[in-house]
Amino acid sequence: MRSGIFTQGKRAARWTAAGAAMVMAGVLTGCGSDGGSGGGGGGTLTAYVYGDDAVKVQQAAVKEFNKTSDVKVKLVSVPGTEYVNKLRSAMGSPSAPDIFFNWGGGSIKPYVDANQLVDLTSTFKNDATLKEGFLPSIVTAGSLDGKVYGVPMRGMQPVMLFYNKTLFAQNDVQVPKTWEDLQKAIKTFKGKGITPFALGGSDKWPELMWMEYLLDRIGGPDVFRKIQNGDNSAWGDPAVLKTAQTVKQLVDDGAFGKNFNSVDYGNGGAPTLLNKGKAAMHLMGSWEYSTQLGKAPDFAKKDLGWTNFPTVAGGVGDPADVVGNPTNYWSVNARTKHKDAAIAFLKTMASKSYAQALVDNGDVPTTSNAASMLSGSPNPKFATDQYEMVQKAPSFTLSWDQALVSQTATPLLTEISKLFAGKSTPEQFVAAMKAVK
Amino acid sequence: MSHVSSSPKVRGGRKAAAGNVGRPPVAWALPGILFFALFAIVPLAIAVYLSFCHWDGLNSPTSVGTANWTRLFKDPEFRQAAWLSLLLTTISWVFQTPVALLLGVWAAGRQRSRAALSAIFFIPLLLSTTAIAMLFHALLDPNFGVIKKIGPWFGIDPNIMGSSTGALLTVAFVGGWQFMPFHTLIYQGGTRQIPQVLYQAAEIDGAGMFRQFFHITLPQLRNTITTSSVLMIVGSLTYFDTVLIMTKGGPGTDTTVLPYLMYRTGFQTYDLGYAAAIATALVVVATALSLVLVRFSGFGNMRSTREGM
Repeated sequence: MRSGIFTQGKRAARWTAAGAAMVMAGVLTGCGSDGGSGGGGGGTLTAYVYGDDAVKVQQAAVKEFNKTSDVKVKLVSVPGTEYVNKLRSAMGSPSAPDIFFNWGGGSIKPYVDANQLVDLTSTFKNDATLKEGFLPSIVTAGSLDGKVYGVPMRGMQPVMLFYNKTLFAQNDVQVPKTWEDLQKAIKTFKGKGITPFALGGSDKWPELMWMEYLLDRIGGPDVFRKIQNGDNSAWGDPAVLKTAQTVKQLVDDGAFGKNFNSVDYGNGGAPTLLNKGKAAMHLMGSWEYSTQLGKAPDFAKKDLGWTNFPTVAGGVGDPADVVGNPTNYWSVNARTKHKDAAIAFLKTMASKSYAQALVDNGDVPTTSNAASMLSGSPNPKFATDQYEMVQKAPSFTLSWDQALVSQTATPLLTEISKLFAGKSTPEQFVAAMKAVK
Repeated sequence: MSHVSSSPKVRGGRKAAAGNVGRPPVAWALPGILFFALFAIVPLAIAVYLSFCHWDGLNSPTSVGTANWTRLFKDPEFRQAAWLSLLLTTISWVFQTPVALLLGVWAAGRQRSRAALSAIFFIPLLLSTTAIAMLFHALLDPNFGVIKKIGPWFGIDPNIMGSSTGALLTVAFVGGWQFMPFHTLIYQGGTRQIPQVLYQAAEIDGAGMFRQFFHITLPQLRNTITTSSVLMIVGSLTYFDTVLIMTKGGPGTDTTVLPYLMYRTGFQTYDLGYAAAIATALVVVATALSLVLVRFSGFGNMRSTREGM
């Protein structure tokens, strides 16, 4: 129902039906062929990157690299919401990028399966810069079936429990370390008319974070590892059911308030609840800090607290475990004509100057030399806490929607949304996930 | 609907061939036909072909026979989406048609300040769908939107987007708000074409405003109603942008209409074969509906509304 209808005359009305529906159908077949000219002559490397605020760090790195290299890197910044689709379309077309940003794990599995990526395992093994440049757990987190396909290129993004310090002080509540603490906090805040946890339910993925942490605390990281490795029956693990039941309990207890279904993260709904003092806590990726810094600088500097996700009674997971996005990676298209130049560019990701640029941008790099630089971060305390949290974590589970292939991740988000909305029971959730093929 | 068809005879001073009543030869339609074939028929054919394939967008499509279609008929999600699409279409039609019809008839008159008001009514159509969806999304934010303040006055729960019925009604309302001006315009044009003599005769016979409306305006607008309805129904069946931005198909899957299900299957799950099957089903349903509408309304015969004049 777009401008197309205006071009239709009265006489063509009967064709409009077919026409409009065909536009939809046409969308299906239209493979995006714009964007960079992939690996064409003239010595250009096209690099797709997720277009958000952090792009300026990559832009600077490209500029630096192009000064000395014969093969020039051309950075294509794709707006965030478009990124996954555009990359997918481009990779299926002749104009694919040579290098591209990704989340590792399931986000690159289709490309690995289609033999479209350069296996960087031996490159990492034989090259000291790459081998010693990054935290090993981060490189592992992005690899697939024991093979390395990506070079870390951005900051770490663990999911943390953020809270409003003032609200905790005013209501005399302790920052929850255990499940009992958490339930006490829920009760107290609810009694005062404060939503215990802000949750952007309409975006769905914020709900996923609760599932990720709960499953880790209840059943340990191995349950999801099995699922990630393609064992669908692992959804039948009792820990998954317990996780879903815990979610239902939280929803029923009013932990997220009543209207979380229509609150979003993207447009600032949930973060505003936290900084206006309408919600006490917010489980979110570490980018919440910079989001708050942008929306309410005073609040971010003075009142924003952060901590680990609490333990769950009877759970076997290590309370130091972390979930989230370890970092983002560059992967190399197997069809590139300039593989050596591409790898040379990727090596600059381990350099001190690149890590410094990330730190200056407020990110926490995943390079092994990062610890000493963090004191220079715009917020040293937050950066250091984050770095240590990840460094100490026995396990870093990749966000489920990135770890799983889209065939599983999309239904998963739908099912989780139904579970939170009370449209399905924990048992139905488990059954639905086991049935996903 | 005013159809400006200046005949070439008048315009270019060229004499049309005898017996060919001022109508351009078929060749003139060629660019249009080619364009239509290239951007509509060919993609449609490919979509139909893909509906018999498994395709992830990266590897070559592999044939799976009718697997996608058998899955389609058994898929509860498809059934729910089809039902929601029908519901949305019905609500949209019931909501938009009376209002647009009355506004259009009113706008066809010669009242004072009519032009200025009509221009204002037209504004929603000039805004981009995305902008409108984001605007309403902000207004309906349950914590900080206008709905938080105003909703309770009318007994509306501010969490309107969080309830299944509320979310669907909101989507229908926002679509209606945006496209009503377009249909108003169609009705305005249609009403303007009704010959004044009919009203003059009715007045002499003593018919009041309501009788004139029900016995002249409404019957004379028969074809206009069909046109508007076909556009509205097809538009609602393929309505997608607002759902994507405002509800993302939620809460749960309660606003996952067919086009959104197609999008999710195709561009989030990358099951392009199954998505093509959904798309093809949508084409068939939309085409069938408009054909039925055109046939039963007598629009297809193109009978003049001025019969007997």
